[in-house]
Amino acid sequence: MNRYGAMFDRLAGAGGGAFGAFVMLGDPDLPGSARMLRQLVQGGADMIEVGIAFSDPVADGPVIQAAAKRALAAGVRVNDCFGLIAEFRADHPDVPVGILTYANLVVAGGRQHFFDRAASAGADSLLIADLPAREAAPWAEEMRRVGIDPVLIAAANTPAETLAAVASIGSGYTYCVTRAGITGTHAEARFDAALIEQLRGLGAAPPVYGFGISRPEHVRSALDAGAAGVICGSAIVACAAQGGDVAGLVARLKAATRNDSPPQ
Amino acid sequence: MRLDGRFGRFGGTYVPEILMPALEQLEAAFLDAQEDPAFASELSALLADYAGRPTPLTRCRNLPSNIFLKREDLLHGGAHKTNQVLGQGLLAQRMGKTRLIAETGAGQHGVATAIVGALLGFETVIYMGAHDAERQALNVFRMRLMGAEVVPVESGGRGLKDAINEALRDWSASFETTHYLLGTAAGPHPFPLMVREFQRVIGREARAQMLDQLGRLPDAAIACVGGGSNAIGLFSDFIEDDVRLIGVEAAGKGLDGAEHGATLLRGRPGILHGAETYVLQDEDGQIAESWSVSAGLDYPAVGPEHAHLKDSGRATYVGATDVDALAAFKALATSEGILCAFESAHALAYALQLADEEPDSILLVGLSGRGDKDVAQAQQLLGPSA
Ligand SMILES: Cc1ncc(COP(=O)(O)O)c(C=O)c1O
Repeated sequence: MNRYGAMFDRLAGAGGGAFGAFVMLGDPDLPGSARMLRQLVQGGADMIEVGIAFSDPVADGPVIQAAAKRALAAGVRVNDCFGLIAEFRADHPDVPVGILTYANLVVAGGRQHFFDRAASAGADSLLIADLPAREAAPWAEEMRRVGIDPVLIAAANTPAETLAAVASIGSGYTYCVTRAGITGTHAEARFDAALIEQLRGLGAAPPVYGFGISRPEHVRSALDAGAAGVICGSAIVACAAQGGDVAGLVARLKAATRNDSPPQ
Repeated sequence: MRLDGRFGRFGGTYVPEILMPALEQLEAAFLDAQEDPAFASELSALLADYAGRPTPLTRCRNLPSNIFLKREDLLHGGAHKTNQVLGQGLLAQRMGKTRLIAETGAGQHGVATAIVGALLGFETVIYMGAHDAERQALNVFRMRLMGAEVVPVESGGRGLKDAINEALRDWSASFETTHYLLGTAAGPHPFPLMVREFQRVIGREARAQMLDQLGRLPDAAIACVGGGSNAIGLFSDFIEDDVRLIGVEAAGKGLDGAEHGATLLRGRPGILHGAETYVLQDEDGQIAESWSVSAGLDYPAVGPEHAHLKDSGRATYVGATDVDALAAFKALATSEGILCAFESAHALAYALQLADEEPDSILLVGLSGRGDKDVAQAQQLLGPSA
């Protein structure tokens, strides 16, 4: 069984959901980023999502745009990012690591070559923000061949036929978005139990909510809506950028994934 | 989606999943409108009675007389952009949208969108790179006069590509009420196809006017290429003819350096702003900052159909530098009494060179816009005594 499967099984057995923590690789620089990855695990993150910075991140809000800009300004290259993943993998053999990036970085040196490098660095999945299900099938096929799970996005406005494609093409987990728009922290995230139910009915990979998760009550209501986990991005990236206690933030949010956590 | 949205290997819909329903709705509205005679007659009435079509075809008198100018500079709004904003504006109405957003480089597309926003009663927001907003201050004011809100974009190189990024971000959250009125034949399907169909009126008219005035087709049709809309509009009705199609890219400060906008000449295939196409980029795939004296050609990608026309060999693409364009701008002003846009001056610059080499060839040049917006910059570059 792959790392995602093992993780979801373990957490389901313990009666809780997965907490995924996102950071931008190379933000603010390579050593700082390596330290940050360790803090996520210390704080109790079950899965790590890492961004590979792209110059034109159309799906990202100001917080993650700024993180990408810092990484690129520090001279971080795509190969450096694979290096960070490989380093992390050596220290943490069981923690699933997913890459989030944009299509042009994947195709620039040849799609297959990118997937090969991701696999040999020890990454588990790849989500390409500007690759919708309509375009994803041949890419997903190639990813799976080297053991990378293609992660696709399901949103409240995604039509039923597309959800069926997401379910059949995607694996690892299904990235559910809480609302229309781009990444960022928003006070009122909405979690759609109907979407989760539909995905479960289609046999999709475990649904995980992202976009706008910043507080324990978001975590709780996402899991109450039936999600298998959550991913928190902008709140963690903003905390790190301000020199805050990232491990502490992760620990507080992770606590809300446990079934015995106080109701919200 | 009903169509595959590809031109050979290029094109497609590389956008976040969240935007796919908006593209599907747009494709359906566009294809339905294409079949609807009421839409066609409403659009052609607007093009004629509001925008001033047909535009003239002018044979040069003092520049080489084998050059014919298709005068989109005389269109309402001052550039070819008006052709397609009227089309998209009517589509937005059909879809029940109440708000328009658009990116702009030179400001021409922003002005055109502000025009249609005022005419058809939309709330209108224009994203413009902060650098472009500075060099095209007059156009910013024009947009505001017509009631549009202009948002300067500070990210990236503060240019056209950054304005498109910001418009896409806005649209991801607003598509239920908002139409993204993309300004060129680039971006995800259905934009390249739709913008081409709304712009092909340029070539359709020019073809008929050539036959009428000269009794024959031109040997070459020449247009500048930023995102590619005026060029594809000029080319489309000549694709089946024995007419050379030549796109002129911004060679900026020279093709040997990095300061240009020559995507087809110096880029390589990649994915930007929703389409697989040629892109100026580094080895990792990070998008390069382009450069041109003309804001409208300062874009590191290009419409996917041009990528296909290049690879298939049906069209050829060449470059004109800032210096070439400025010289052509000046030549047209002093010899013909026409102030053209810096963008259009790139096409003319190449035509002047070709006219020299081929005095017997008939050259049709897309004069995509007028130069009022560029006069202040021309004064800076040429000096007060011109
Ligand atoms: C007058 C004029 N010509 C050409 C262009 C380039 O755009 P396209 O390549 O889409 O025609 C612009 C863009 O702003 C423009 O204003």
